[in-house]
Amino acid sequence: MIDKIAAFDHLNLFWFTILPYVALFTFFLVTIQRYRGKGFTYSSLSSQFLENKVHFWAMVPFHYGILVVLAGHLFGFLLPGQLLQWNSDAIRLYILEISGFIGGLFTLVGLINIVARRLSDARTKMVTSAADWVVIGILIFQIGTGLYTALFHSWGSSWFAASLSPYLWSIVKFSPEIAYVTPLPFMVKLHIIGAFVLIILFPFTRLVHALVVPNPYLWRKPQVVRWNWDRKKIRTTEFKVHE
Amino acid sequence: MDVRSQISMVFHLDKCIGCHTCSIACKNIWTDRKGTEYMWWNNVETKPGTGYPTKWEDQDKYKGGWEKSNGSIKLKSTGKGRIIPNIFHHPHQPSMDDYYEPWTYKYDELFTAPEGTDQPTARPISMVTGKHMDIEAGPNWDDDLSGSPVYAANDPNLKGLTAEQKMQLSAIERLVFFYFPRICNHCLNPGCVASCPSGALHKRGEDGLVLVDQERCRGWRSCIAACPYKKTYYNWQTGKSEKCILCFPRIESGQAPACFHSCVGRIRYLGVLLYDADLIDEVANKPDDELIDAHRAMILNPHDPEVVRAAQSNGVHDEVIKSAQKSPVYKFVKEWGIALPPHIEYRTLPMLFYVPPMLPVMTAMDGNAKKNMTEGLFPDFDKARAPMEFLANLFSGGNTGKMRYALKKQMAVRQYRRAVTVGDISQEAANKMLVEADCSVEQAEGIYNLTSLCTFDDRFVIPPANREEAIQMMRDPLEFKQSVGFGLREEPERGA
Repeated sequence: MIDKIAAFDHLNLFWFTILPYVALFTFFLVTIQRYRGKGFTYSSLSSQFLENKVHFWAMVPFHYGILVVLAGHLFGFLLPGQLLQWNSDAIRLYILEISGFIGGLFTLVGLINIVARRLSDARTKMVTSAADWVVIGILIFQIGTGLYTALFHSWGSSWFAASLSPYLWSIVKFSPEIAYVTPLPFMVKLHIIGAFVLIILFPFTRLVHALVVPNPYLWRKPQVVRWNWDRKKIRTTEFKVHE
Repeated sequence: MDVRSQISMVFHLDKCIGCHTCSIACKNIWTDRKGTEYMWWNNVETKPGTGYPTKWEDQDKYKGGWEKSNGSIKLKSTGKGRIIPNIFHHPHQPSMDDYYEPWTYKYDELFTAPEGTDQPTARPISMVTGKHMDIEAGPNWDDDLSGSPVYAANDPNLKGLTAEQKMQLSAIERLVFFYFPRICNHCLNPGCVASCPSGALHKRGEDGLVLVDQERCRGWRSCIAACPYKKTYYNWQTGKSEKCILCFPRIESGQAPACFHSCVGRIRYLGVLLYDADLIDEVANKPDDELIDAHRAMILNPHDPEVVRAAQSNGVHDEVIKSAQKSPVYKFVKEWGIALPPHIEYRTLPMLFYVPPMLPVMTAMDGNAKKNMTEGLFPDFDKARAPMEFLANLFSGGNTGKMRYALKKQMAVRQYRRAVTVGDISQEAANKMLVEADCSVEQAEGIYNLTSLCTFDDRFVIPPANREEAIQMMRDPLEFKQSVGFGLREEPERGA
């Protein structure tokens, strides 16, 4: 019995201490290295050109859904105090939880359409790589465990702020405290592990397109002109207008 | 005054024979790769017709180009406000079906087919999926199909024509059509550049070429929707956009672009125009009927000493200014006024101009007899088989006055040369026509020479790229002294 507990301790140590650091290390090292060495590969790799109809029902719900879900996670991570305060009113708690859940459902619907589209359309199938399937698989796993958690381990937004936010901060501060996560339900643990696996895969897959979202576009001038040389310094020789 | 130089083009449609040699020359050099099979940076369309991609001119469908809004201009569907909602799925993006699915044939089956009573066939297979496919469309599927109710009748330029005019266009034995070769217009106010979220699309300052930085492109596909001419293309394999580069590696070494070089009808002209970049916003914002004149007005006279000084102080190289002074494009567009921009109403200020084609005008059927429609000196262009409005919709934003001017001048030059060489028209009548067409004898000779007798060097006045000087501005030429020849990837530490 004691051996089993010890084994669990080792497992917890692996999944919630070692894995996060491996994930973060890989993420930063490979994304930067890939951007510098193989910047060409940073692309949305859109396949809208090959199939234009189901694409709408796949991409739009998926992206809006996952943006809502990620924003919720980020809110809980960065501002746990404010989140708890917001949740202190039951109505507001319901609003938050329901919007998060709807975001998750949108993501799931999007993912189902993504799978259906990539399986049924011959052209899209041609541009679907094995890495794409792995990413889709893990995303479905994450949405599944996430939606399950939201349904059966109530008020996740509150306990996320209370126990997961401090855990994540302990990782960031290089003093990991597993005690926050060890008592959490099995499905939640799976969700956390899935997240770190996703972070490891992130730099190796098409997911990197999320890092190059074109925000400077919103405040740059519409027309872009690039000069190959400094035109104010160009040498001019004696020149007659009429030859 | 912000004087910049722009490599510009003129296509003389009266000379185009629709042979597609230009398209093939381009394809062999640039778009013979995986993911680009469907792209034709240069394509030739039959007009009236629906073009490639199908109905590209229908901006109600594709929402390309600019539109006036609250006193300024904005992109129809790809402006800043739309970038976030449209980035996941662009509702006006053409799909491969709007172009065509590229195919090849299983030629080996001709040799490997088992013996039988039928001839072996090479079945078409898709170059995307590799599977057998039934060919339903191609890049010039409506080639020569004027009068077709499927293609010609759906030409967006027929908008505003009367039922009678439309009927004329498709009446048997009166069909009329001409060819419309298209490449990227290398616009002054390009929609593709303005819409590119990544800043990958840019205009090259020195010569105005519009290029896609392949390293910066992230495949958000805005340019494809934004270009009203549909001259940016999505490479479905690399996930990047590509477009006509006006063969800049050739231009930089003094050669004409492949499509220009190979043109059988010698319809293509290339040269530098100097223009005032300060006026871009103002000109692009003019009312529809003033666009042609405003666009022409921003093109500056390269012989004007003030323009030359302003160009020099702006870093335009002397050799480029000299080149601009010899530009055939300047003559066609500015001096003679017979070359017009395609669809100026899209407000991208295209820098490829077309000399409109002289189409059959003179006769019409009167019962069973042919009736001459010509009264007075000029044929009545308004009774032409191809309605004036149709040509004007294409090349002058619906401004029939500009179109009539260009056609009239061309006709006057023809009659003038006929008086000189054939002599069945009196010189006096010919000169009278010239005067009426706003054309001097010198101008008529100039138009005749550059249209009919033009040599390679007359047609292509390519400015020197001055790459060597550009490099000196950025790098010390002695930087690599003692290191040329056998390079090292990593410096040896020993004996340093």
